[in-house]
Amino acid sequence: MVERASPLGSDFRPGSYGDFVEGTGVTILEALKGSIVEASAWPGEEKTLAENLSAICRLKLSASPGSGAANREGTCAFNIGPGRFIVSGQGEALAGVIIAAIDESVGTVTDLSHGRAVFAVEGPKVEWVLAKLFALDFSLSAFPVHTGRATAHHDLFVQIQRRGEKRFELYVFRSFARAFAKTLRRASEDVGYAIR
Amino acid sequence: MLIDCPHCGPRDLAEFSYQGDATRTRPDLASTDTKAWLDYVYHRPNPAGRHREFWQHAGGCRAHLVVERDTLTHEIFTVSFARKTSGGDAA
Ligand SMILES: [Zn+2]
Repeated sequence: MVERASPLGSDFRPGSYGDFVEGTGVTILEALKGSIVEASAWPGEEKTLAENLSAICRLKLSASPGSGAANREGTCAFNIGPGRFIVSGQGEALAGVIIAAIDESVGTVTDLSHGRAVFAVEGPKVEWVLAKLFALDFSLSAFPVHTGRATAHHDLFVQIQRRGEKRFELYVFRSFARAFAKTLRRASEDVGYAIR
Repeated sequence: MLIDCPHCGPRDLAEFSYQGDATRTRPDLASTDTKAWLDYVYHRPNPAGRHREFWQHAGGCRAHLVVERDTLTHEIFTVSFARKTSGGDAA
C-alpha cells in the first residue's frame, strides 16, 4: 500500500492562527478524497450522464447548471460546465468504477484523483473569507447546499461545492495547492482560523 | 464589467478570455483565393459601436461564447453559446 502524501507539505500544521482571540472564524482542512473524476457528456447526452452518475454513485444529480448532490458515504458531485461534472468520494476504487460504467457513447471520464487537492473551509465566517477571493455570491440563497461553481482566483481555476450551510469544498490543481493554502490562510487571518 | 454567461450567470470579466472577431466567415478550406484568405486572417474593421466577438469563459464553465457588445459604451446586448452558431463562424 502506497502511503498517501499531502501536497501541502510541512507548512500546513494543525493549530490556531491569525486573530483568534474572539473565536475561530473558519477552519481549514485538506479534504482527503480517494477518488476525483471529471465526467463530460457528449452534446445531447447531458441528462443521460447525470442519470448514469446518479445510479452509479447513489446520488440525486441533475444536469442543470451548477446543480449538485452528495450522499451519506461522502460521495458528492456537482456540475461545473455544460454537461460536465466533478465527482469525488472516499473510496480509491470509485474512479475506476465510474470510468468502467460510463459508456463511451455517453461521454468521457477523466481520473483526476492525483491531479487535484481539495480544501474544506468551514465556520461562521466562511462566506466572508471566500468572498475576498472570488467574485461570487456565497449567500445560502444564491449558492444553496450541494450546488457548485467553477470560477477562478486570478489564473488559478477553482471548483467550489457548498457541502453545508457553513462548509465549502474547493478543488484546485494539486501543483497549486501549497500556494493556494497560503492565500486561504492569509484571507482568514482577520477572523482567526484553525488548521485541522 | 460583467458578462452574463448562459451557463454560469453574470461573472466578472476577469474570468473570460477574448477569442477574436466573430463577424468573419472562413473561406472554403479548399479555396486558393488569397484575397479571401487575407481578408479572413488579417483584415479587421475595428468598429466603434456594435460588435460581435468570440469569448471563452476560461475561468468558469470553459464554454466558448458569442458576445454582442458595443465597443463604445461596453453595453452587452447578447451572450450565447458559440456552438449554437452556424458554420463555426458568424451565424
Ligand atoms: Zn460560464
